[in-house]
Amino acid sequence: MKRVHSLVLMGFSVALVAAACGKKAPEVAPAPQPNADSIAAAERARADSAAADSARRAQEEAERIARQREADSAAAAAAAAAEVRNMLAAMIHFDFDKAILRPDDQGALDQKVAILNANPDLHIRISGHCDERGSDEYNLALGNRRATAAKNYLVAHGVDASRIETASYGEERPVAMGHDEDSWAQNRRDEFEILSGGDVLRKP
Amino acid sequence: MKVDCRIAGWADGRLLLLAAVLSAHPPIRLSAQDTSAIDRGVRIGIVYRPGVRPGLVVLPGSQAGLDSVRTIVSRDLDYSDRFEVITLPGGDSTSLGPGDPPRATRGPAPGLNYPLYRALGADFAVEARRVGDTTVVVVHDVAASGIRRTFRQVLPALSDPGFRLAVHRLADQVLQATLGAPGFAATRILFVRDGKAYRIDQDGADVKLVSSTDHQAMSPAWAKDGRRFAYMEFTEGHGTLFVQDVATGHRVSVVTTGKSLDFTPAFSPDGKTLAFSRATEEGTDVYTVNMRDNCCLQRLTRGGLWDNLSPTYSPDGQRIAYVSTRPGLPQIYVMGADGTDQQLFAPFDYGVTGSSNAPEWSPDGQSVAFHRDVGGTLQVFVLDVRTRSVRQLTSLGRNEDPTWAPDSRHLAFVSDRSGYRQLWVIDLETGRIRPLLQQSGARLPAWSPRIPEAVSPNP
Repeated sequence: MKRVHSLVLMGFSVALVAAACGKKAPEVAPAPQPNADSIAAAERARADSAAADSARRAQEEAERIARQREADSAAAAAAAAAEVRNMLAAMIHFDFDKAILRPDDQGALDQKVAILNANPDLHIRISGHCDERGSDEYNLALGNRRATAAKNYLVAHGVDASRIETASYGEERPVAMGHDEDSWAQNRRDEFEILSGGDVLRKP
Repeated sequence: MKVDCRIAGWADGRLLLLAAVLSAHPPIRLSAQDTSAIDRGVRIGIVYRPGVRPGLVVLPGSQAGLDSVRTIVSRDLDYSDRFEVITLPGGDSTSLGPGDPPRATRGPAPGLNYPLYRALGADFAVEARRVGDTTVVVVHDVAASGIRRTFRQVLPALSDPGFRLAVHRLADQVLQATLGAPGFAATRILFVRDGKAYRIDQDGADVKLVSSTDHQAMSPAWAKDGRRFAYMEFTEGHGTLFVQDVATGHRVSVVTTGKSLDFTPAFSPDGKTLAFSRATEEGTDVYTVNMRDNCCLQRLTRGGLWDNLSPTYSPDGQRIAYVSTRPGLPQIYVMGADGTDQQLFAPFDYGVTGSSNAPEWSPDGQSVAFHRDVGGTLQVFVLDVRTRSVRQLTSLGRNEDPTWAPDSRHLAFVSDRSGYRQLWVIDLETGRIRPLLQQSGARLPAWSPRIPEAVSPNP
């Protein structure tokens, strides 16, 4: 805009100088006529400015879209990681005083094998738990058997044994507090937790 | 198994029970159960030896400040289950108590009404007086109309944490002076509640926290000298064993542990070795470690397909009873202290008898107490080491984790018979049962040996 103004001013001052040289009665100076060149220049300037504007808007829009895409894909990755994490954390359950894997838990264990294979940095701990009916101290040994049973399955399906730690909490950490068959069944379980390498999880 | 039992009769409101005669055969519940089960129509109570227990009276007195002493001594002697403790027919104590302090240490004491005590059924009378800052406890032999023994003791102040233990020691001295039997008044019981270890006096008083961290604790066990105890703590998926000094409260971790799941510690009688269970991916097995040099881890069992756990030493240190799942279900086994000669200890019927766990060898070496699954709940059993026969002690509710008093005739255990899990004490001779702690959630009790003099009352 500045450029436009100065062009107009320039034309105006040229007219003033011409009038002064006439040395005639100080008639009212004619209204300054903007010259065609300056108009074109102003037009050009206006067009230039509009082009710059739209270019900037386009760039901003592109950036916004890129950001959105990035956020979307981060969210998708987070969602995928959360899904993987949930799949990994899915507990398996046992019959009373048994440490034998149930056939219907094999799917869950196979999933864990796939996750461990897709995420080679992942290290996990399996902890075995018992219901309250058995002897308190014996349950530590039983929980240990339950954790080891799951580990053995994963190792037999190709997971490196050094990536899996085992632990037992016996009946010391129940998830269900009731004193009934339903609670006991929930408490006879293996838990799977991530020890390391779980920041970025790939879906198998 | 044939069970033959007869109820002999009632005396004193107490049910007298004759020994149950067992002969080996299929496994019905065994012979002896606690008396509280009788009204449910379940077989027998404990093997009761009919006979008259000596009567004992703790004389009241007018001297101030001795009521606590009399109360504690009287309760301790009652809890020994060796006397009929006579409650004086209230009111006028001066006619029953000593008028003047007896001066002579032998012969009839003046001011004492021996014929009256005899008429009340007392064989012994216990009198407490104070002379200056000394508490004098006199044991009278009522039948002989004379003084049996006199104990003089400067007791700590009533507010002193050592007061109760000092009085418990006096009670043990009275028992020794009257019946020549060592008592267990000056003992404590460790237990776990809400993941923390506590101690309690054997008479149910003075519960104190002994855990020093917020980590979950399990399986406290005493050293036989009563100066240390061991227990397990969960840390990050591991089970670490600690040995804590009673007097200072200072604790050290057992050096070979910490990276594995170690649990159920048990001191050898000489205090040099700690046996324990270690769970690895190979299963659970019994190990020992040299306590004095903190070295020399030894593996006593190799289960492989089965687990071995919960070791307990015989008092001579030669053998270890433990749990093995070799027969499928856990049962009570025994081996040499070096791991040799592993064999079944408590007989069971394959496919019939339930899981057996938590063995503890009695201080006199004659018995091993444990619990066994009977029809889906746990009951306390005792194995006779010599005959290798077992008898069932409890039948009401769920009863587990028995631990021996130093007299080898009382057991503390966990029972939910009152509706919630708490600690109880049973006398195997009379079948008498008393609650030790009226708080729910107490478990894994460990009864101390007699607490040695030098140990301060503050672990």
